[in-house]
Amino acid sequence: MPELPPLPTISQLVFTGFALFTCASALGVVLARNLFHGALALVATLFGVAGLYVMLEAEFLAVSQVLVYVGAIATLITFAIMLTRSMMYGKTSPLNRQWGKTGLFAVMIFLALYGFVGSIPWADSAPAVLADESMIAALGVEFVTNYVVAFEVMGLLLLVALVGAVMLARDNN
Amino acid sequence: MLSQYAFILIMAAIALVLPLAAIILGHILGPRRPDAVKNAVYESGVETIGDTWVQFRAQYYLIGLVFVVFDVEAIFLFPIAIAYSQLSLFAVFATIFFIVLLVIGLLYDWRKGALEWQ
Repeated sequence: MPELPPLPTISQLVFTGFALFTCASALGVVLARNLFHGALALVATLFGVAGLYVMLEAEFLAVSQVLVYVGAIATLITFAIMLTRSMMYGKTSPLNRQWGKTGLFAVMIFLALYGFVGSIPWADSAPAVLADESMIAALGVEFVTNYVVAFEVMGLLLLVALVGAVMLARDNN
Repeated sequence: MLSQYAFILIMAAIALVLPLAAIILGHILGPRRPDAVKNAVYESGVETIGDTWVQFRAQYYLIGLVFVVFDVEAIFLFPIAIAYSQLSLFAVFATIFFIVLLVIGLLYDWRKGALEWQ
């Protein structure tokens, strides 16, 4: 009697569910006729990615994903759509004249990534992850020691965003 | 550790299934005799004026952007706060410098009146 393939574990099933959910809602972002519906599908996609982060035991990343991308960036995208009158009215076609070229590039990038990911010798078992709190603390220490320049430059970038937004939005009226 | 998240997943599944079941059952079982009054959009019993898709004011976007910036700041300060007892004086000053940069931005927005609703 031939040996049956092993049954998928629960975490594999949950991962597959999250992956399918993420892919389906990502397709919704691209294919939605109404741009606002596309933005709502984007929120679902970002939630799906947060679920994948949890599956990878990257909890801090998952919380950041929900807080920053779902909570703030998605709100900002929604505002941007609602500010643009022509986008709110009627339906926009998901295709324009460049869909052929774009599709070709998308397939090429997919093939390149597929070959790249396939060629890496992945370890069978993950290295031991630090316990929750000490991992986040280690991240915090890294911010202000090894990556302190990048950290301060990011603060500068946020300052530019704060000032630039006011310059653009206020000086017109 | 992951099994703790199973509760969130079960909760999310219930939260999704219950309203979906209510909507679908209502769709299947409920009688449908639509007329103009039943289909009319209403809010608090007042007849609506104009279209649902109104153009929003640019100030919402400005407030949204300020919110994003301070959201990101909070995310970055959280691990540093956890690690606070292990940090050197230099690291603490680096963090204070980071906060001061953003306070400058906040003061600028405040002085320019961007935080006031008009």
